[in-house]
Amino acid sequence: MALLIQWEEAVSREEDHMSNAEPSVSVAPSSANPPTVSSLPATERVYRHRLPVRISHWLNVPFLIILIMSGLQIFNAHPALYWGDRSDRDKALLSIRPVVAESGEVKGVTTILGHQFDTTGVLGYSDGMSRAFPAWATVPSAKWLAMGRQWHLFFAWLFVINGFIFTAYAFVSRHATRDLAPTSSDLRGIGKSVKDHLVFRHPSSDEAKRYNVLQKLAYAGILFIIAPLIVLTGLAMSPTIDAAFPWILIILGGRQAARTIHFIACFSFVGFIVIHVLHVILTGFLNNVRSMITGWFTVTHVKY
Amino acid sequence: MIQPKQAMERRQFLKGTVGAASLVALSGCDNLTQSGWFPSILNKAEELTEAVQQAVTPRDALAKEYGETDISKIFPANGNTDPGTDVYAEHVGQNFSEWMLEVVGLVQTPRSWSLAALKELPSRTQITRHDCVEGWSAIGKWTGVPIGDLLHQVEPLPNARYAVFHCADVDDEGIAYYESIAVADCYHPQTMLAYELNNVPLDVPHGAPLRLRFERQLGYKQAKYVMKIELVESLVGIGGGNGGYWEDQGYEWYAGI
Repeated sequence: MALLIQWEEAVSREEDHMSNAEPSVSVAPSSANPPTVSSLPATERVYRHRLPVRISHWLNVPFLIILIMSGLQIFNAHPALYWGDRSDRDKALLSIRPVVAESGEVKGVTTILGHQFDTTGVLGYSDGMSRAFPAWATVPSAKWLAMGRQWHLFFAWLFVINGFIFTAYAFVSRHATRDLAPTSSDLRGIGKSVKDHLVFRHPSSDEAKRYNVLQKLAYAGILFIIAPLIVLTGLAMSPTIDAAFPWILIILGGRQAARTIHFIACFSFVGFIVIHVLHVILTGFLNNVRSMITGWFTVTHVKY
Repeated sequence: MIQPKQAMERRQFLKGTVGAASLVALSGCDNLTQSGWFPSILNKAEELTEAVQQAVTPRDALAKEYGETDISKIFPANGNTDPGTDVYAEHVGQNFSEWMLEVVGLVQTPRSWSLAALKELPSRTQITRHDCVEGWSAIGKWTGVPIGDLLHQVEPLPNARYAVFHCADVDDEGIAYYESIAVADCYHPQTMLAYELNNVPLDVPHGAPLRLRFERQLGYKQAKYVMKIELVESLVGIGGGNGGYWEDQGYEWYAGI
Protein backbone atom coordinates (compact mmCIF):
# COMPACT_ATOMS: atom_id res chain seq x y z
CA MET A 1 0.00 0.00 0.00
CA ALA A 2 2.71 2.41 0.96
CA LEU A 3 4.59 1.57 -2.19
CA LEU A 4 1.55 2.29 -4.32
CA ILE A 5 1.00 5.71 -2.79
CA GLN A 6 4.64 6.61 -3.29
CA TRP A 7 4.46 5.51 -6.86
CA GLU A 8 1.29 7.50 -7.55
CA GLU A 9 2.99 10.57 -6.15
CA ALA A 10 5.86 10.03 -8.53
CA VAL A 11 3.53 9.85 -11.50
CA SER A 12 1.62 12.95 -10.53
CA ARG A 13 4.87 14.85 -10.14
CA GLU A 14 5.89 13.68 -13.57
CA GLU A 15 2.65 15.11 -14.97
CA ASP A 16 3.28 18.38 -13.17
CA HIS A 17 6.58 18.66 -14.93
CA MET A 18 5.02 17.88 -18.29
CA SER A 19 2.34 20.52 -17.89
CA ASN A 20 4.76 23.14 -16.60
CA ALA A 21 5.55 25.80 -19.17
CA GLU A 22 9.14 26.21 -18.04
CA PRO A 23 10.08 23.15 -16.07
CA SER A 24 13.17 23.21 -13.96
CA VAL A 25 13.62 19.52 -14.61
CA SER A 26 12.73 18.96 -18.22
CA VAL A 27 12.36 15.54 -19.75
CA ALA A 28 14.80 14.83 -22.55
CA PRO A 29 13.45 15.15 -26.08
CA SER A 30 14.16 11.46 -26.64
CA SER A 31 11.37 10.40 -24.31
CA ALA A 32 8.54 11.99 -26.23
CA ASN A 33 5.76 9.89 -24.76
CA PRO A 34 4.53 10.99 -21.39
CA PRO A 35 5.45 8.19 -19.03
CA THR A 36 2.51 6.03 -18.11
CA VAL A 37 2.01 3.21 -15.68
CA SER A 38 2.85 0.54 -18.18
CA SER A 39 5.62 2.09 -20.27
CA LEU A 40 8.27 3.63 -18.06
CA PRO A 41 11.59 3.73 -19.89
CA ALA A 42 14.40 1.90 -18.13
CA THR A 43 16.58 4.99 -18.17
CA GLU A 44 15.78 8.59 -18.89
CA ARG A 45 17.98 11.61 -19.44
CA VAL A 46 16.90 14.79 -17.72
CA TYR A 47 18.38 18.29 -17.99
CA ARG A 48 19.20 18.83 -14.36
CA HIS A 49 21.61 21.75 -13.97
CA ARG A 50 21.44 24.87 -16.09
CA LEU A 51 24.60 26.56 -17.36
CA PRO A 52 24.87 29.48 -14.86
CA VAL A 53 24.54 27.04 -11.97
CA ARG A 54 27.24 24.79 -13.42
CA ILE A 55 29.68 27.65 -14.00
CA SER A 56 29.10 29.10 -10.56
CA HIS A 57 29.50 25.64 -8.98
CA TRP A 58 32.86 24.87 -10.58
CA LEU A 59 34.25 28.36 -9.92
CA ASN A 60 33.53 27.80 -6.25
CA VAL A 61 35.73 24.70 -6.16
CA PRO A 62 39.08 26.52 -6.44
CA PHE A 63 37.71 29.63 -4.72
CA LEU A 64 36.67 27.72 -1.60
CA ILE A 65 39.79 25.55 -1.43
CA ILE A 66 42.00 28.65 -1.61
CA LEU A 67 39.85 30.65 0.82
CA ILE A 68 39.85 27.83 3.39
CA MET A 69 43.58 27.14 3.11
CA SER A 70 44.66 30.80 3.10
CA GLY A 71 42.22 31.37 5.97
CA LEU A 72 43.98 28.69 8.01
CA GLN A 73 47.28 30.48 7.22
CA ILE A 74 45.81 33.70 8.68
CA PHE A 75 44.41 31.83 11.69
CA ASN A 76 47.88 30.44 12.37
CA ALA A 77 49.14 33.98 13.09
CA HIS A 78 47.03 33.99 16.26
CA PRO A 79 45.72 30.45 16.79
CA ALA A 80 43.04 31.16 19.37
CA LEU A 81 39.37 32.14 19.33
CA TYR A 82 37.35 34.25 21.77
CA TRP A 83 33.93 35.83 22.30
CA GLY A 84 33.21 39.57 22.60
CA ASP A 85 35.46 42.38 21.41
CA ARG A 86 38.73 41.57 23.19
CA SER A 87 41.11 38.65 22.91
CA ASP A 88 41.90 38.09 26.59
CA ARG A 89 44.40 35.23 26.53
CA ASP A 90 42.93 33.60 29.65
CA LYS A 91 39.45 33.50 28.13
CA ALA A 92 40.07 31.65 24.88
CA LEU A 93 37.28 29.34 23.68
CA LEU A 94 39.74 27.46 21.52
CA SER A 95 43.49 27.50 21.20
CA ILE A 96 45.96 25.40 19.25
CA ARG A 97 49.47 25.73 20.64
CA PRO A 98 52.80 23.95 20.93
CA VAL A 99 53.67 22.95 24.49
CA VAL A 100 57.10 21.84 25.64
CA ALA A 101 56.76 18.74 27.84
CA GLU A 102 59.06 18.10 30.83
CA SER A 103 61.06 15.71 28.68
CA GLY A 104 61.82 18.57 26.32
CA GLU A 105 59.58 17.05 23.66
CA VAL A 106 57.25 19.49 21.89
CA LYS A 107 53.59 18.52 21.72
CA GLY A 108 50.69 20.10 19.87
CA VAL A 109 47.88 20.83 22.31
CA THR A 110 44.40 21.85 21.22
CA THR A 111 42.22 23.31 23.96
CA ILE A 112 38.48 23.55 23.36
CA LEU A 113 36.37 25.14 26.12
CA GLY A 114 38.96 24.11 28.71
CA HIS A 115 39.34 20.52 27.49
CA GLN A 116 42.84 19.67 26.30
CA PHE A 117 43.61 17.27 23.47
CA ASP A 118 46.99 16.04 22.28
CA THR A 119 46.99 16.80 18.56
CA THR A 120 50.73 16.45 17.94
CA GLY A 121 51.50 15.87 14.28
CA VAL A 122 48.45 17.69 12.97
CA LEU A 123 47.47 20.66 15.15
CA GLY A 124 49.90 22.74 17.18
CA TYR A 125 53.08 20.91 16.21
CA SER A 126 53.68 19.14 12.92
CA ASP A 127 56.71 18.12 10.85
CA GLY A 128 59.04 19.59 13.44
CA MET A 129 57.36 23.01 13.31
CA SER A 130 55.30 24.91 15.86
CA ARG A 131 52.23 25.86 13.88
CA ALA A 132 48.50 25.51 14.50
CA PHE A 133 47.38 24.07 11.16
CA PRO A 134 50.01 21.98 9.35
CA ALA A 135 51.85 23.06 6.20
CA TRP A 136 49.71 20.84 3.95
CA ALA A 137 46.54 22.67 5.04
CA THR A 138 47.64 26.27 4.42
CA VAL A 139 48.27 28.60 1.47
CA PRO A 140 51.11 29.32 1.17
CA SER A 141 52.45 26.20 2.89
CA ALA A 142 55.20 28.11 4.75
CA LYS A 143 54.27 30.45 7.59
CA TRP A 144 53.65 33.70 5.70
CA LEU A 145 50.79 35.86 6.97
CA ALA A 146 51.20 38.70 4.44
CA MET A 147 50.95 36.31 1.48
CA GLY A 148 48.09 34.36 3.06
CA ARG A 149 46.15 37.63 3.38
CA GLN A 150 46.80 38.53 -0.25
CA TRP A 151 45.42 35.18 -1.45
CA HIS A 152 42.48 35.37 0.96
CA LEU A 153 41.40 38.94 0.22
CA PHE A 154 41.72 38.48 -3.56
CA PHE A 155 39.71 35.25 -3.68
CA ALA A 156 37.20 36.67 -1.21
CA TRP A 157 36.27 39.20 -3.88
CA LEU A 158 35.91 36.49 -6.53
CA PHE A 159 33.78 34.41 -4.14
CA VAL A 160 31.54 37.39 -3.37
CA ILE A 161 31.12 38.36 -7.03
CA ASN A 162 30.33 34.75 -7.99
CA GLY A 163 27.88 34.57 -5.08
CA PHE A 164 26.07 37.75 -6.14
CA ILE A 165 25.73 36.57 -9.75
CA PHE A 166 24.50 33.13 -8.65
CA THR A 167 22.00 34.60 -6.17
CA ALA A 168 20.60 37.01 -8.75
CA TYR A 169 20.27 34.17 -11.25
CA ALA A 170 18.77 31.78 -8.69
CA PHE A 171 15.97 34.19 -7.84
CA VAL A 172 15.30 35.55 -11.33
CA SER A 173 15.19 32.05 -12.84
CA ARG A 174 13.23 30.76 -9.84
CA HIS A 175 15.89 28.08 -9.26
CA ALA A 176 15.90 29.13 -5.62
CA THR A 177 12.18 28.93 -5.04
CA ARG A 178 11.45 25.95 -7.30
CA ASP A 179 14.43 23.65 -6.77
CA LEU A 180 16.05 24.70 -3.51
CA ALA A 181 13.25 25.81 -1.19
CA PRO A 182 11.76 22.80 0.62
CA THR A 183 7.99 22.44 0.17
CA SER A 184 5.73 21.73 3.11
CA SER A 185 5.36 18.13 1.94
CA ASP A 186 9.17 17.92 1.78
CA LEU A 187 9.33 19.06 5.36
CA ARG A 188 6.71 16.54 6.46
CA GLY A 189 8.87 13.80 4.98
CA ILE A 190 12.00 14.91 6.77
CA GLY A 191 11.95 12.05 9.29
CA LYS A 192 11.84 9.44 6.55
CA SER A 193 14.57 11.24 4.61
CA VAL A 194 16.84 11.28 7.66
CA LYS A 195 16.28 7.51 8.15
CA ASP A 196 16.97 6.86 4.45
CA HIS A 197 20.20 8.85 4.58
CA LEU A 198 21.36 7.05 7.72
CA VAL A 199 21.15 3.68 5.97
CA PHE A 200 22.56 5.15 2.72
CA ARG A 201 19.31 4.53 0.84
CA HIS A 202 19.17 7.21 -1.81
CA PRO A 203 16.31 8.32 -4.03
CA SER A 204 16.06 6.66 -7.40
CA SER A 205 13.72 6.83 -10.37
CA ASP A 206 11.56 9.97 -10.47
CA GLU A 207 12.50 10.78 -6.91
CA ALA A 208 16.05 11.32 -8.12
CA LYS A 209 15.04 14.01 -10.60
CA ARG A 210 14.59 16.53 -7.86
CA TYR A 211 16.52 17.33 -4.73
CA ASN A 212 15.39 15.48 -1.61
CA VAL A 213 14.53 17.48 1.49
CA LEU A 214 17.87 17.09 3.25
CA GLN A 215 19.65 18.02 0.04
CA LYS A 216 17.49 21.13 -0.31
CA LEU A 217 18.11 22.14 3.29
CA ALA A 218 21.87 21.57 2.93
CA TYR A 219 22.12 23.57 -0.31
CA ALA A 220 19.81 26.37 0.82
CA GLY A 221 21.56 26.51 4.20
CA ILE A 222 25.06 26.73 2.76
CA LEU A 223 24.07 29.14 -0.05
CA PHE A 224 21.75 31.50 1.76
CA ILE A 225 22.82 31.28 5.42
CA ILE A 226 26.45 30.11 5.79
CA ALA A 227 27.88 31.87 2.72
CA PRO A 228 26.40 35.31 3.56
CA LEU A 229 27.40 34.77 7.20
CA ILE A 230 31.02 34.04 6.30
CA VAL A 231 31.17 37.22 4.20
CA LEU A 232 29.50 39.32 6.90
CA THR A 233 31.79 38.01 9.66
CA GLY A 234 34.79 38.54 7.37
CA LEU A 235 33.78 42.16 6.84
CA ALA A 236 33.12 42.53 10.56
CA MET A 237 36.82 41.96 11.22
CA SER A 238 37.58 45.12 9.19
CA PRO A 239 38.04 48.13 11.48
CA THR A 240 36.96 50.47 8.66
CA ILE A 241 33.72 48.56 8.05
CA ASP A 242 33.09 48.53 11.81
CA ALA A 243 33.32 52.34 11.84
CA ALA A 244 30.96 52.63 8.86
CA PHE A 245 28.40 50.04 10.06
CA PRO A 246 28.59 49.75 13.86
CA TRP A 247 25.47 47.54 13.96
CA ILE A 248 27.39 44.62 12.42
CA LEU A 249 29.44 44.01 15.55
CA ILE A 250 26.42 44.61 17.75
CA ILE A 251 24.48 41.75 16.12
CA LEU A 252 27.51 39.46 15.93
CA GLY A 253 28.64 39.96 19.53
CA GLY A 254 31.96 41.74 19.01
CA ARG A 255 34.97 41.58 16.73
CA GLN A 256 36.49 38.47 18.30
CA ALA A 257 33.04 36.84 18.25
CA ALA A 258 32.86 37.64 14.54
CA ARG A 259 36.24 35.95 14.07
CA THR A 260 35.00 32.88 15.94
CA ILE A 261 31.78 32.73 13.86
CA HIS A 262 33.89 33.14 10.70
CA PHE A 263 35.92 30.09 11.77
CA ILE A 264 32.79 28.04 12.57
CA ALA A 265 31.25 29.02 9.22
CA CYS A 266 34.51 27.95 7.54
CA PHE A 267 34.29 24.51 9.11
CA SER A 268 30.59 24.34 8.17
CA PHE A 269 31.81 24.68 4.59
CA VAL A 270 34.44 21.98 5.20
CA GLY A 271 31.76 19.68 6.65
CA PHE A 272 29.39 20.45 3.77
CA ILE A 273 32.10 19.73 1.18
CA VAL A 274 33.00 16.39 2.80
CA ILE A 275 29.37 15.22 2.96
CA HIS A 276 28.61 16.62 -0.51
CA VAL A 277 31.54 14.81 -2.16
CA LEU A 278 30.69 11.62 -0.24
CA HIS A 279 27.15 11.70 -1.67
CA VAL A 280 28.42 12.46 -5.16
CA ILE A 281 30.49 9.28 -4.91
CA LEU A 282 27.77 7.13 -3.29
CA THR A 283 24.94 8.06 -5.67
CA GLY A 284 26.70 7.49 -8.99
CA PHE A 285 29.92 9.42 -9.31
CA LEU A 286 30.17 9.63 -13.10
CA ASN A 287 26.49 10.43 -13.62
CA ASN A 288 26.63 13.16 -10.97
CA VAL A 289 29.83 14.73 -12.22
CA ARG A 290 28.66 14.55 -15.84
CA SER A 291 25.40 16.24 -14.95
CA MET A 292 27.29 19.10 -13.28
CA ILE A 293 29.45 19.45 -16.42
CA THR A 294 26.92 18.93 -19.25
CA GLY A 295 23.68 19.45 -17.36
CA TRP A 296 22.29 16.05 -18.36
CA PHE A 297 21.50 13.54 -15.65
CA THR A 298 20.49 9.95 -16.19
CA VAL A 299 17.66 8.55 -14.10
CA THR A 300 17.26 4.81 -13.82
CA HIS A 301 13.69 3.73 -13.31
CA VAL A 302 12.96 0.97 -10.87
CA LYS A 303 10.37 -1.52 -12.04
CA TYR A 304 7.82 -2.53 -9.44
CA MET B 1 46.18 9.90 27.02
CA ILE B 2 46.90 8.97 23.45
CA GLN B 3 49.66 6.38 23.06
CA PRO B 4 52.54 7.47 20.82
CA LYS B 5 51.95 4.53 18.47
CA GLN B 6 48.26 5.38 18.07
CA ALA B 7 49.10 9.01 17.49
CA MET B 8 51.60 7.94 14.86
CA GLU B 9 49.05 5.77 13.05
CA ARG B 10 46.46 8.51 13.13
CA ARG B 11 49.02 11.00 11.89
CA GLN B 12 49.86 8.75 8.95
CA PHE B 13 46.20 8.21 8.18
CA LEU B 14 45.35 11.89 8.21
CA LYS B 15 48.37 12.74 6.14
CA GLY B 16 47.47 10.08 3.62
CA THR B 17 43.91 11.18 3.04
CA VAL B 18 43.45 14.88 3.60
CA GLY B 19 47.10 15.59 2.85
CA ALA B 20 47.03 13.93 -0.55
CA ALA B 21 43.94 15.87 -1.55
CA SER B 22 45.47 19.21 -0.72
CA LEU B 23 48.91 18.41 -2.09
CA VAL B 24 48.03 19.16 -5.70
CA ALA B 25 46.36 22.47 -4.86
CA LEU B 26 49.14 23.36 -2.49
CA SER B 27 52.11 22.84 -4.77
CA GLY B 28 50.28 24.79 -7.47
CA CYS B 29 49.60 27.66 -5.07
CA ASP B 30 53.18 27.66 -3.81
CA ASN B 31 54.49 27.85 -7.36
CA LEU B 32 52.18 30.78 -8.08
CA THR B 33 53.24 32.49 -4.85
CA GLN B 34 56.89 32.23 -5.87
CA SER B 35 56.21 33.61 -9.34
CA GLY B 36 56.61 37.32 -9.95
CA TRP B 37 53.39 37.90 -11.83
CA PHE B 38 50.80 36.18 -9.68
CA PRO B 39 51.25 38.15 -6.43
CA SER B 40 51.01 41.36 -8.47
CA ILE B 41 47.55 40.21 -9.61
CA LEU B 42 46.58 39.34 -6.03
CA ASN B 43 47.65 42.89 -5.11
CA LYS B 44 44.88 44.36 -7.25
CA ALA B 45 42.35 43.33 -4.60
CA GLU B 46 43.85 45.96 -2.27
CA GLU B 47 42.88 48.83 -4.61
CA LEU B 48 39.36 47.44 -5.02
CA THR B 49 38.96 46.95 -1.27
CA GLU B 50 40.19 50.49 -0.58
CA ALA B 51 37.93 52.04 -3.21
CA VAL B 52 34.84 50.18 -2.02
CA GLN B 53 35.49 50.67 1.70
CA GLN B 54 36.13 54.40 1.19
CA ALA B 55 32.96 54.70 -0.87
CA VAL B 56 30.78 53.17 1.86
CA THR B 57 32.51 54.81 4.85
CA PRO B 58 31.72 58.44 5.71
CA ARG B 59 35.01 60.33 5.98
CA ASP B 60 34.47 61.26 9.62
CA ALA B 61 32.79 58.01 10.76
CA LEU B 62 34.28 57.28 14.17
CA ALA B 63 35.72 53.99 15.29
CA LYS B 64 33.67 52.73 18.24
CA GLU B 65 34.69 54.27 21.55
CA TYR B 66 34.36 51.99 24.56
CA GLY B 67 33.84 52.51 28.29
CA GLU B 68 36.43 52.30 31.08
CA THR B 69 35.24 48.81 32.05
CA ASP B 70 36.01 47.49 28.55
CA ILE B 71 39.75 48.24 28.76
CA SER B 72 42.00 45.17 28.33
CA LYS B 73 43.89 44.18 31.48
CA ILE B 74 46.90 43.37 29.35
CA PHE B 75 47.53 45.37 26.19
CA PRO B 76 50.02 43.27 24.17
CA ALA B 77 53.06 45.04 22.75
CA ASN B 78 53.95 43.68 19.33
CA GLY B 79 56.64 44.32 16.72
CA ASN B 80 59.62 46.23 18.04
CA THR B 81 59.30 46.61 21.80
CA ASP B 82 62.47 48.67 22.29
CA PRO B 83 64.32 50.68 19.63
CA GLY B 84 67.53 49.60 21.39
CA THR B 85 69.71 52.41 20.03
CA ASP B 86 72.08 54.48 22.18
CA VAL B 87 70.33 57.69 21.18
CA TYR B 88 66.96 56.32 22.23
CA ALA B 89 68.39 54.97 25.49
CA GLU B 90 69.62 58.48 26.23
CA HIS B 91 66.10 59.85 25.68
CA VAL B 92 64.72 57.20 28.05
CA GLY B 93 67.30 58.31 30.63
CA GLN B 94 66.17 61.93 30.25
CA ASN B 95 62.52 60.88 30.47
CA PHE B 96 62.11 62.21 26.90
CA SER B 97 62.59 65.83 28.01
CA GLU B 98 64.70 66.47 24.88
CA TRP B 99 62.40 64.54 22.48
CA MET B 100 61.36 66.69 19.51
CA LEU B 101 58.62 66.06 16.99
CA GLU B 102 59.33 67.62 13.60
CA VAL B 103 56.69 68.23 10.94
CA VAL B 104 58.41 68.84 7.62
CA GLY B 105 58.14 68.28 3.87
CA LEU B 106 55.38 69.78 1.73
CA VAL B 107 54.25 72.37 4.29
CA GLN B 108 54.10 76.16 4.35
CA THR B 109 55.93 76.48 7.69
CA PRO B 110 57.86 73.48 8.96
CA ARG B 111 58.16 73.38 12.72
CA SER B 112 58.89 71.18 15.67
CA TRP B 113 57.47 70.65 19.12
CA SER B 114 59.00 69.33 22.29
CA LEU B 115 57.06 66.62 24.09
CA ALA B 116 56.15 69.15 26.80
CA ALA B 117 54.87 71.59 24.17
CA LEU B 118 52.68 68.89 22.61
CA LYS B 119 51.18 68.11 26.00
CA GLU B 120 50.24 71.79 26.35
CA LEU B 121 48.07 71.58 23.22
CA PRO B 122 44.39 70.60 23.44
CA SER B 123 44.25 66.83 23.87
CA ARG B 124 41.80 64.09 23.00
CA THR B 125 41.17 60.90 24.96
CA GLN B 126 39.61 57.88 23.31
CA ILE B 127 39.02 54.28 24.41
CA THR B 128 39.34 52.26 21.25
CA ARG B 129 39.96 48.75 19.99
CA HIS B 130 43.32 47.90 18.47
CA ASP B 131 42.99 45.14 15.85
CA CYS B 132 46.23 43.39 15.07
CA VAL B 133 46.75 41.92 11.60
CA GLU B 134 47.47 38.63 13.39
CA GLY B 135 43.88 38.49 14.59
CA TRP B 136 43.88 39.61 18.22
CA SER B 137 42.14 42.72 19.60
CA ALA B 138 42.88 44.80 22.69
CA ILE B 139 41.08 47.84 24.07
CA GLY B 140 43.06 50.77 25.43
CA LYS B 141 42.58 54.37 26.50
CA TRP B 142 44.73 56.73 24.48
CA THR B 143 45.42 60.40 25.17
CA GLY B 144 47.20 62.56 22.65
CA VAL B 145 47.19 65.42 20.17
CA PRO B 146 44.97 65.21 17.08
CA ILE B 147 47.32 65.34 14.09
CA GLY B 148 44.90 67.64 12.27
CA ASP B 149 45.66 70.32 14.91
CA LEU B 150 49.37 70.10 14.12
CA LEU B 151 48.76 70.24 10.36
CA HIS B 152 46.63 73.38 10.73
CA GLN B 153 49.72 75.05 12.20
CA VAL B 154 52.17 73.96 9.49
CA GLU B 155 49.72 74.41 6.59
CA PRO B 156 50.24 71.54 4.14
CA LEU B 157 50.79 72.45 0.50
CA PRO B 158 48.10 71.37 -1.98
CA ASN B 159 50.28 68.59 -3.44
CA ALA B 160 50.91 66.92 -0.05
CA ARG B 161 49.22 63.51 -0.36
CA TYR B 162 50.86 61.32 2.27
CA ALA B 163 52.05 61.86 5.83
CA VAL B 164 55.11 59.70 6.49
CA PHE B 165 55.89 58.86 10.11
CA HIS B 166 59.61 58.38 10.74
CA CYS B 167 60.34 56.39 13.87
CA ALA B 168 63.27 55.91 16.24
CA ASP B 169 63.39 52.13 15.95
CA VAL B 170 65.53 50.04 13.61
CA ASP B 171 65.18 46.29 13.09
CA ASP B 172 67.89 43.64 13.44
CA GLU B 173 69.14 44.43 9.94
CA GLY B 174 69.36 48.16 10.64
CA ILE B 175 66.28 49.07 8.58
CA ALA B 176 64.49 52.09 10.06
CA TYR B 177 60.81 51.77 10.84
CA TYR B 178 58.41 54.12 9.10
CA GLU B 179 54.74 54.22 8.20
CA SER B 180 52.44 56.42 6.13
CA ILE B 181 48.79 57.40 5.86
CA ALA B 182 46.87 59.75 3.56
CA VAL B 183 47.08 63.43 4.55
CA ALA B 184 43.28 63.56 4.27
CA ASP B 185 43.04 60.88 7.00
CA CYS B 186 45.21 63.01 9.32
CA TYR B 187 42.19 65.29 9.80
CA HIS B 188 39.99 62.45 11.10
CA PRO B 189 39.14 63.42 14.69
CA GLN B 190 40.52 60.14 16.13
CA THR B 191 43.85 60.27 14.26
CA MET B 192 46.37 61.42 16.83
CA LEU B 193 49.84 61.19 18.25
CA ALA B 194 49.24 59.52 21.61
CA TYR B 195 51.47 60.12 24.63
CA GLU B 196 49.42 58.26 27.25
CA LEU B 197 48.00 54.75 27.45
CA ASN B 198 45.49 54.06 30.23
CA ASN B 199 46.25 57.35 32.05
CA VAL B 200 50.02 56.87 32.26
CA PRO B 201 52.75 58.08 29.89
CA LEU B 202 53.44 55.53 27.14
CA ASP B 203 56.02 52.96 28.20
CA VAL B 204 58.82 51.83 25.91
CA PRO B 205 57.13 48.61 24.63
CA HIS B 206 54.03 50.60 23.60
CA GLY B 207 55.95 53.31 21.73
CA ALA B 208 57.20 55.97 24.17
CA PRO B 209 57.03 58.88 23.97
CA LEU B 210 54.73 59.26 20.91
CA ARG B 211 52.85 56.82 18.76
CA LEU B 212 50.33 57.14 15.98
CA ARG B 213 46.71 56.19 16.59
CA PHE B 214 44.88 55.66 13.29
CA GLU B 215 41.84 53.88 14.60
CA ARG B 216 40.08 52.67 11.50
CA GLN B 217 42.99 50.58 10.27
CA LEU B 218 44.97 47.59 11.56
CA GLY B 219 47.62 47.64 14.28
CA TYR B 220 50.67 47.66 12.03
CA LYS B 221 49.77 51.19 10.88
CA GLN B 222 50.06 52.49 14.49
CA ALA B 223 53.70 53.59 14.28
CA LYS B 224 55.60 53.83 17.58
CA TYR B 225 58.53 56.07 18.65
CA VAL B 226 57.48 58.83 16.21
CA MET B 227 60.17 61.51 15.68
CA LYS B 228 59.16 63.17 12.46
CA ILE B 229 56.11 63.60 10.22
CA GLU B 230 57.06 64.28 6.62
CA LEU B 231 54.43 65.34 4.10
CA VAL B 232 55.12 64.05 0.62
CA GLU B 233 53.46 63.74 -2.78
CA SER B 234 54.68 60.21 -3.50
CA LEU B 235 55.94 57.31 -1.43
CA VAL B 236 58.48 56.30 -4.06
CA GLY B 237 62.03 56.57 -2.78
CA ILE B 238 61.11 56.35 0.90
CA GLY B 239 62.27 53.08 2.49
CA GLY B 240 61.33 50.29 0.08
CA GLY B 241 58.85 52.58 -1.64
CA ASN B 242 55.68 50.83 -0.45
CA GLY B 243 54.75 53.30 2.26
CA GLY B 244 55.88 51.53 5.39
CA TYR B 245 58.13 49.00 7.07
CA TRP B 246 55.50 46.26 6.99
CA GLU B 247 54.29 47.29 3.54
CA ASP B 248 57.83 46.72 2.27
CA GLN B 249 57.46 43.14 3.57
CA GLY B 250 54.30 42.43 1.61
CA TYR B 251 51.53 43.78 3.85
CA GLU B 252 48.95 46.06 2.26
CA TRP B 253 49.32 49.83 2.53
CA TYR B 254 45.55 50.01 2.87
CA ALA B 255 45.04 48.21 6.17
CA GLY B 256 41.29 48.76 6.54
CA ILE B 257 40.65 44.99 6.61
